Amino acid sequence: MENGDRRESGANLDPITALPTQIMVNGTAHTLTLDPRSSLLDVLREKLGLTGAKKGCDHGQCGACTVHVDGRRVASCLTPAVQAQSRQVTTIEGLSTEGGDLHPMQQAFIDHDALQCGYCTPGQIMAAVACVHEGHATSPEQIREYMSGNICRCGAYVGIVAAIMYAAPKMRRAS
Amino acid sequence: MHRFVYTRPASAADAVRAIAGAGPGARFLAGGTTLYDLMKLNVETPSNVIDINSLPELNAFDTSGSTELVFGALARMSDVAADPGLIHDYPALSESLWRAASQQLRNMASLGGNLLQRTRCAYFRGGQPFACNKREPGSGCAAQEGINRGHALLGGSDACIAVYPGDFAVALVAFDAEIDVLGPNGERTIALEELHREPGSTPNVETVLEPSDLIIRIRVPVTSLGRASAYHKIRDRESYAFALASAAVALQMSGDTVLDARIAIGGVATRPWRARQAERTLIGRALTSDTARSAGETALQGARPGNANRFRIELAVRTIVDALMIAKRRASCR
Repeated sequence: MENGDRRESGANLDPITALPTQIMVNGTAHTLTLDPRSSLLDVLREKLGLTGAKKGCDHGQCGACTVHVDGRRVASCLTPAVQAQSRQVTTIEGLSTEGGDLHPMQQAFIDHDALQCGYCTPGQIMAAVACVHEGHATSPEQIREYMSGNICRCGAYVGIVAAIMYAAPKMRRAS
Repeated sequence: MHRFVYTRPASAADAVRAIAGAGPGARFLAGGTTLYDLMKLNVETPSNVIDINSLPELNAFDTSGSTELVFGALARMSDVAADPGLIHDYPALSESLWRAASQQLRNMASLGGNLLQRTRCAYFRGGQPFACNKREPGSGCAAQEGINRGHALLGGSDACIAVYPGDFAVALVAFDAEIDVLGPNGERTIALEELHREPGSTPNVETVLEPSDLIIRIRVPVTSLGRASAYHKIRDRESYAFALASAAVALQMSGDTVLDARIAIGGVATRPWRARQAERTLIGRALTSDTARSAGETALQGARPGNANRFRIELAVRTIVDALMIAKRRASCR
């Protein structure tokens, strides 16, 4: 795939197709001029410096790019960034405040050894938080079904399911 | 990725006017999970992308009607899959949605877009150096003698054996669904079973829709067969994969006897495939593993396997048998 993001910055934007776009990311409003080809993932990573969401397959097959848009988990690699106009985007960076406590799901991933290399982990955690909010984290079987869009090539699945089972009731109590 | 002009019309009528005015290279963008993906692969190279996500009139769905279920074309797969009325009264429709894709993609993907999802044939997605008549008409079909483990057993031609990949359309076909389409000359209705074409000599033409047509809603007639229905899907892994074989079935039973049956199959055909002859073998008979097996074999009778997909004939037969037995259990605990 061509690297749409490189062309993004400044002079090379096509004045005919470029679009002014307002996106709220982790509570901060951004006004951007976007090439409509750019994915939300590329804009988060390359324009906003939020490199938590990862580019695994870039085709919606691996889940590493998972973020929340208006509270729902989506594949940011398959979301044209211009579609995020006036929407609220939450990335792994927005899950807890800098220097503050980790989100219960982040802490649970650490405590249950739910990662090895860590590349898929931001996507796993964003998917896991949504999975709990949706009410799809009530049993290991249900977690496996509703987390199946997030691939972990290290095979940390046992720890991931354990982490979500542990964090789900804590999240429910906190909300 | 090819450059395009992006616009966001505010009504369905505006959207149809916009696409008609933009010429043959324009595409509607809904959830984007197919179109934007294929744009990254340069399979789709639209000149204009007309984003229809700002058409709130297409978002709603209603499963409580007394004559039909109505689904706006922009209703999202995850929302419809979770509808309590659908889960209870039409489990096959709900299952066909939540057994497809991942929750991330189901949150994005619209029902109308899902009907038009394009094949996952690797030769189609990959392109050069491999020939694909669907991607480049007249170039040939690399799948015929290639790696065709996942290719169609039914409805193929010498020009194309790519599988129709969707699940929801398969379940809808079993329930005689219709779609309402808005075009430059107004609205019209198409039976879902008529929407997708077999490839024949023009596999690049996948549906009967005109380029400026917008699917605006899906309608399913209310039927008592809904509750004893099932969508059974067999995959290489247990979740988040396309079907090697799937079956949408629905039954009306009196004791052990089948009064009415619906069977549609997916993952093995070039289009959503209603197996009417197989249905007829069941009506008036007791549903046993033998009669279910004979219905399954009838459904696969015309199968034309390639060099790597013959095993999926038996797999599809057994998928139909299992689906019928699941539906039978549901009939008995109504």
